[in-house]
Parts: sequence; structure tokens; C-alpha cells
Amino acid sequence: MHVEVTGLNKRFGEFQAVADVSFSIAKGQLIGLLGPSGGGKTSILRMLAGLESPDSGDIVFHGQRVNDLPPQERGIGFVFQNYALFKHMTVEGNIAFGLEVKKWNKAKIKERVAELVELTGLSGFEKRYPHQLSGGQRQRVAFARALAPEPQLLLLDEPFAAIDAKIRHELRSWLREMIDRLGITSIFVTHDQDEAIEVADEIMIINKGNLEQKGSPWEIYKDPKTPFVAGFIGESTTVEDISALKGFKEAANWPGTKGLIRPEYIEIGKENEFTLLSATETGKVSHIHFRGSEWLVEVQIGDIKLVTYRSLEKNVLQVGDEVHVLIHRAYLFNNKDNWVMENSLKVDPLPVHI
Amino acid sequence: MTMRRLWIGLTFVLFGLLLGVPVVRIAIGAFDGGVQGFIDGVGRPEALHALMMTGIIVVIVTAVNTVFGVMLALYLVRANWLGPQLKRLLNSVVDLPFAVSPIIGGLMIVLLLGPDAALGALLNKAGIDIVYALPGMVIATLFVTFPLIIREVMPVLQEIGASQEEAAHMLGAYPWTTFWRVTWPSIRWSVVYGVVLTVARTLGEFGAVLVVSGNILFKTQTATTLVYQDVENFNVTAANSVALVLAACSVGLLLFMEWVKSRKES
Repeated sequence: MHVEVTGLNKRFGEFQAVADVSFSIAKGQLIGLLGPSGGGKTSILRMLAGLESPDSGDIVFHGQRVNDLPPQERGIGFVFQNYALFKHMTVEGNIAFGLEVKKWNKAKIKERVAELVELTGLSGFEKRYPHQLSGGQRQRVAFARALAPEPQLLLLDEPFAAIDAKIRHELRSWLREMIDRLGITSIFVTHDQDEAIEVADEIMIINKGNLEQKGSPWEIYKDPKTPFVAGFIGESTTVEDISALKGFKEAANWPGTKGLIRPEYIEIGKENEFTLLSATETGKVSHIHFRGSEWLVEVQIGDIKLVTYRSLEKNVLQVGDEVHVLIHRAYLFNNKDNWVMENSLKVDPLPVHI
Repeated sequence: MTMRRLWIGLTFVLFGLLLGVPVVRIAIGAFDGGVQGFIDGVGRPEALHALMMTGIIVVIVTAVNTVFGVMLALYLVRANWLGPQLKRLLNSVVDLPFAVSPIIGGLMIVLLLGPDAALGALLNKAGIDIVYALPGMVIATLFVTFPLIIREVMPVLQEIGASQEEAAHMLGAYPWTTFWRVTWPSIRWSVVYGVVLTVARTLGEFGAVLVVSGNILFKTQTATTLVYQDVENFNVTAANSVALVLAACSVGLLLFMEWVKSRKES
């Protein structure tokens, strides 16, 4: 289903939950609504579902305005944060509910329920009640129940929030695969950026009721449109006076400009590890942490503290070591503007061609 | 250890004196004149009429309070359009009958709807008697028992939250279907528990009914006001017989309530 939202607004008393949000979603896409808690993601989802009515703005499905349609008639599957399974019904009963309400005939219901039980890997659990299932199984029941009436759009509110970390990973890829197979347009809400990056085709970053940016995970990472997005996605350190760092002197041309530097923008090492020493700063290692698959190194350059990773294959650095630091690029922003600046000294001023 | 035993023993003795002895005394009193005395006491035409009045009131009050109690509980918990201020106000109004003495509740009805009041006079002209008739007694009892079901159902509704109902809406179920298939199974035993409390309270209601009914023989006399009148007339055996019937109903309800409670908790 093609979804088109324009000028959506919602207030709860004094609190502006959603402020003038517009977007469109192509058929078959999996969209992640990502942002901090209380930012308005769930409100947007609930307005799409019809569980909350917008103060202004239009919601259009397939070219038809649905603002005035009750949730019952929107043809949407919804997976709730805590699954909201009917606790007095069995797995089968839960999945069949939507079909019984829609007055499907018995044989068809049975067939559809069996199909979904098979699809979600719940065979053997049909007669169980929700309290007899694990978190992951409950989530799959909620998923099967939402899909049973063959909705055109699937909405998932923090679908993995209540599941422990290890199973969450499995379920994520399972969900991704399932949605790909069914080709159903889906929107899910999350506050976990790894989840959004891993699962979604496109991410919409929502903050304080505003849609900050919409794009593929790579686009958002590479080219953040607002300082909020730049700071929210990935890890980063904000540097107040970026022009003090080698290679970013030009930043002083824009007074009040700050820089945001990601760990992966930085290389550190001993003198012999760099070919272009003139582009590097010198600093001192202030902390090192073992991160399982790499070292996390904190390095002090004058007043500025930066964070970066270092491969386990390289020489181990020690706290107090003098190191060279190459900052490849920084994300600069001020009140008016934001852009990415490459290290201007990185290009060899006197290239030697052989 | 001995101290604890002593306290436990004392508690049992106290409750025995307060609860057990009177019931036994009533039972013995009812059979003062043998089984025949009991049958005569209960079988008197005025006793049968009074028990019938009590029965009628129980049925009407329970039915009305169940329907409206469940509805109001649903609105107070779920209706967002009511606004928090209004909800808080309604919520405290629900508790009013707990705070006000039943006699004062009855008096309010007499003052509002009695023959001397404007509204009462108007209704009287239309041929409808409220006070000193069945409708007034029903209203008085409704007032007294009003909070019982609401206060049983509301916490359960709050606890289960709205998400199961919203899930049902998303699956295409309209409010009526959602209520019967999703909400009702969760609140069922709380409603039954509230109904039992309502029936018990209605059976035993005395003050409000006495004020509103005028205690007119063969007309507005209920089982409790009859017992009161019998005692006034030194007709002790008859009073004990009717009281025993009421006590037996209460004990029956109590046992039923225990069973419901065990269902509710499982």
C-alpha cells in the first residue's frame, strides 16, 4: 500500500507530540521510525492506525483519504509493544480472531490459521495460552495475528523492546525475511539505531515531533541533514573549536561553527603508520577499552578529547603513549548551516609520481 | 509463643462473640416454638409479602447497577474524551454513597421526590408515586449499592489496559464485539463479585429503605423493616424466623463469594 502523509499535527494538552510531519512511503517498503523516547514516533503510528485522530493533516492510503475511517476499516495490521495478545484465548484463537470478526467461513479460517502457524514457526503451540509462551513466541503470535486478515499495511510499535538482546537479533532478521517474503508495506517504531539500520529500507528520524530526515540508513549516516541526526546516528564527539585541529583551519571562516567527529573518521598510530604526517595532530592516549572485536581508544589533543577504534591486528597502544591522529573529516554545523568538511591537508601538496 | 497463642485465641473469641453467637442466637430464637413456630413466622402473609418486596428490589437493583456500573466503570477508565478533571469529579461522586449514611441518602430522596417537593408533586399528579412506594425504595437501594460494582471493575480495567481492546479494533472488531469477546472475559469474575456484594447489601439494607418506604404493611414493608417492626411488637420468634432467612441468604452468598474469589484469582 502506498502511504502519503501531509501536514500531520497532534497535541496532547500543552504538549506538541507531532509537528507538521509529511512523508510518503512506496509500496512494499520497510520503514523504521527512529528517535528518542517521547519524540512522537508512536503518536504517528497510532494516527496511521486510526487509534488517535490528528488535529490537522491528511493521511492517504492508495490515493484515498482515510482520516475519517475508523481503525476497523483501514485494513491495517498492528503489532503492539507488549503484543496485547488476548490472554484468555489460545494461540489459534488469537490468530483466528480477526478472521472470525470478518465472518470468514470456518474451513477458510482453519486453513489460514494453519498457514500462519506454519509461517511463524509456531507449530505445536496452537493450543497454548499467551502466558505459557516465551517472549519471542508471543511476538510471533502477535505478528501472525496481525497478518491473518491479510492487511495492506503492517505497523509495529517497538516490536523488539520486550525481548532480551540475544533473541532480539534472531527475531530481527526473521522479521526482515518474513516481510520481504510477503512484500507487505511495513512501518516500525524503534529507539534503537542498530535495529533501524539493520532492518529498515528507509529510516525516518523523528525528534520532538519533527521529521528530521528520511532516507536509507547509508544516506542518513553519510549525509546527515541536521545536527540532531548527525549526533543521533552512530557514535560521535562534538568539538567546540574545530578550527584548532589540523586540516580544519578554514572552519574559522564561519564563526560559531562546531564540529562533530565520528570514531571511524579518525586514525591513530605511531609515526611510522602514516605516510602524510603533516596532516596529523599529536595527542596522548588517555584511556583504552577492550571492545571484544577492537580497541576503543580515547585520545587527548590539547583540550580536545576524541574517541576512535583501533584494530586488534595493530600494535597495542598504552595509556600515556604519544600518538599521531589523522582526522579524515568532520561534520560541521552552526545555527544556519551544516556540511561535511574533509581534512584539507590530506591531499599531498607535493605528489611524487613514479 | 504463648503470647501469640493467647492473641490468636482472643481474636477467635472476639469474632465468635461478635459474629457467631448472634447467628446461633437467631437460629435458636427462630425455633423457639419448634419447626412450626418458624414456619408460622415466615409463612405469615406479611412476612411473605415483605420477602417478596425484598426479592423484587434485589432483582431490579442488581440488574440496573450491573449494567450501569459496568458502563460507568468503562467510561471512567477508558473514555479519553471525558477529560481528567471531569473524570476525577465523577470518580469522587461514585464514592459518595460510601461516605453518606444510608438514612441521609433516604432523606435526600424524600426531600427531592416526596409529595411536598415540586418534582414529587408533579409526578404525583401524573399518577406516579416515588416516595412511600416501590420506585423510591429501588432508588434508595440503588444509591446505597451504586459504588460496589464500579469499585470492583475499575481496578481490573486499569490493570489490563486498553491495548487488547485496541488490538481487537485493529483486527476489525467494533466496540460491541470487542466488549463481549475481549473485555468481558477479563472483568467477568469481578462483575460477579460486585453483583454478590450488591445482592448482599440490598438484602440487608435498612436505613435508607425505612425512611423512603414509610414501612407500610403489605405495601412497602421489606424483610428488614418487618424484622424491625416484629421486634418493636415483641414478636420475637417471628422476627428471628425472618432474620434467619436473611442470614441464611447471606451465608449462602458468602460461600458463593469465596468460590468466585478463587476463580477471580486463578
